[in-house]
Amino acid sequence: MAQGEREETAIRPAHPETVIRVRDLVVGFGRKLIINHLDLDVYRGQILGFVGASGAGKSVTMRTVIGLLPKRSGTIEVFGVNLDTATPEQRQAVERRWGVLFQNGALFSSLTVRQNIQFPMREYLRISERLLDELAAAKLEMVGLRPDVGDKYPSELSGGMTKRVALARALALDPEIVFLDEPTSGLDPIGAGDFDELIATLQRTLGLTVFMVTHDLDSLHTVCDRIAVIGDGKILVDGPMETMLASDHPWVKEYFSGKRSRAHAARRRSA
Amino acid sequence: MSAVTGSASAQATLQGAMEGDRLRLTAAGAWTADYARTLEPQIDAQSQPPRRKTVTRVEIETSRIGQLDTFGAWLIERLMRAWQARGVTVEVTGLPENYRGLVAEMNQVKLETDDDVGRPRPLRDAFAAIGRAVYEISHYATGFLQMLGAVLVAMGRVIVRPQTFRLTSMVHHLENVGWRAVPIVLLITFLVGCIVAQQGIFQFRKFGAAVFVIDMVGVLVLRELGVLIVCIMVAGRSGSAYTAELGSMKMREEIDALRTMGFDPIEVLILPRILALIIAVPILTFLGSMAALYGGGLVAWLYGGIAPEVFLSRLKESISLDHFKVGMIKAPFMALVIGIVACVQGMETKGSAESLGQQTTASVVESIFLVIVLDGFFAIFFASIGM
Ligand SMILES: Nc1ncnc2c1ncn2[C@@H]1O[C@H](COP(=O)(O)OP(=O)(O)O)[C@@H](O)[C@H]1O
Ligand SMILES: [Mg+2]
Repeated sequence: MAQGEREETAIRPAHPETVIRVRDLVVGFGRKLIINHLDLDVYRGQILGFVGASGAGKSVTMRTVIGLLPKRSGTIEVFGVNLDTATPEQRQAVERRWGVLFQNGALFSSLTVRQNIQFPMREYLRISERLLDELAAAKLEMVGLRPDVGDKYPSELSGGMTKRVALARALALDPEIVFLDEPTSGLDPIGAGDFDELIATLQRTLGLTVFMVTHDLDSLHTVCDRIAVIGDGKILVDGPMETMLASDHPWVKEYFSGKRSRAHAARRRSA
Repeated sequence: MSAVTGSASAQATLQGAMEGDRLRLTAAGAWTADYARTLEPQIDAQSQPPRRKTVTRVEIETSRIGQLDTFGAWLIERLMRAWQARGVTVEVTGLPENYRGLVAEMNQVKLETDDDVGRPRPLRDAFAAIGRAVYEISHYATGFLQMLGAVLVAMGRVIVRPQTFRLTSMVHHLENVGWRAVPIVLLITFLVGCIVAQQGIFQFRKFGAAVFVIDMVGVLVLRELGVLIVCIMVAGRSGSAYTAELGSMKMREEIDALRTMGFDPIEVLILPRILALIIAVPILTFLGSMAALYGGGLVAWLYGGIAPEVFLSRLKESISLDHFKVGMIKAPFMALVIGIVACVQGMETKGSAESLGQQTTASVVESIFLVIVLDGFFAIFFASIGM
């Protein structure tokens, strides 16, 4: 496996089922290559934290995996289905099993919050209006929002509420994988902490696999089972927090052991 | 997942059996989103006591549930609530460890008390719609006047301090609304000129007065048609673009960002756009009128047999400079109206994509309407001063 060169630890479940397998991915815009021969595995039931400098290509990787950006070369398999060779039906079946939280929420602006959450349910499940309404309330509750938020329009929400509603919509069909692009950016620390807890709880209760792009050291410490660091279009380091702290790649070192993160660790200890 | 994973069948069921005054409900299968549709009626059926039986306790046996997601968990919760509302004690047994959190979570869900909101009331809604429409008319009227005032003030400021004027921006808009509109404006006015001349010749021939078509085309095109057609084109082509541009900037808080940086959006965004229109529309009107006259002359020659020399000399006699002036004087005012309406509508855009669409439609409809109304006032005005 190409991962051989990378730092790895022995702490890995005995038979991890790979739900996302990315091999030799190349993505570029014009003459610039953003992702350059990247390999990545995501295992079932894990929360993967995906970090990297701003502009390193985290969102690009995520968007390529979910098929929103074209790739130059490489293969992407989700649930063992190669998305290039899949039939439209297979693709749709895969898409129904993942949920995506976009960086800016991407809520439908002309629908209310409730309609936003119900949108995928209406499309895929033919269930009664009453059940739709109840489930919208349930999803709102799961993401920690009051049911009356359901009547608001996205433009009437605060940043944190937008993220939560977007998560509720991403979870609408009870997906097996959720892709989260910077879910806690723009939230206050308490809100971000709640959000992390929420993701961890949902992961436990629903057995979710989570692919989370994040800059939040708290999230990385508390909820991520594994961290992958992207730089120069490749995965630099991949493993649990200990691997990150032991790494001697300059950026990784600075990020996880730098001043900001030491202050952060001190704060965590004293708390 | 726990030991029950293997027993996940392709079906989701809920079966009830009475044991004395105790109802024992056995849930089995995959209680997931895909089966929610078949589960819901079963839940509702098991939410009431069997006929002529009294139930004092309910036990929901869940150990045979193979798979559970929020849909299934909510349905269990709904079942529990239905029984609890009847004052019956409900007990869930055998729930696999890993699903307990999910079911407990559902327990927290508060459904809204929906007494007033949502239910349609036709009469009330109709009155509300009328009221809202009346309010909106006055709202837009004041919005229009406010914008007009703000633009005039900004213009005054720019005249005092010309260096603050956004010349580059204006030239950019001038290119879009003026230069790039020339081909389509020429084409349409040319065709309209042809059609008017053809109809005129056809009708006037009956009186043996086909040559009067030249008077008609000349007066009509220079006074009314040229400017009106250009304004309708510009409202549809550039007014809508202005509304959409400003509206999407408003939606993405770009306008708020400008304000916080100390820029006046009127000065930065709106004044250059409106001035570009005020310059472009008279030029387009002139070009359009010429194209229409050309079209009229061509048809008069080819269809009516009126030689170009005759057409020109007749045109010279029949129209005075006044006709030309009337058309040209109106043009900048029409441009102002189109620009103001477009900008007001753009700035009125709310956060949603739908709202942007509505504002763009309103912008075009309203500006064409106002242009025609204004044209009527001009007609009265010019008649009374004898032009
Ligand atoms: N649609 C696009 N066209 C051109 N370049 C893009 C596009 N999307 C992203 N990029 C570039 O790709 C790089 C990575 O972007 P992104 O993945 O969004 O960064 P981040 O890791 O912060 O999420 C950036 O340099 C960005 O400018
Ligand atoms: Mg990003």
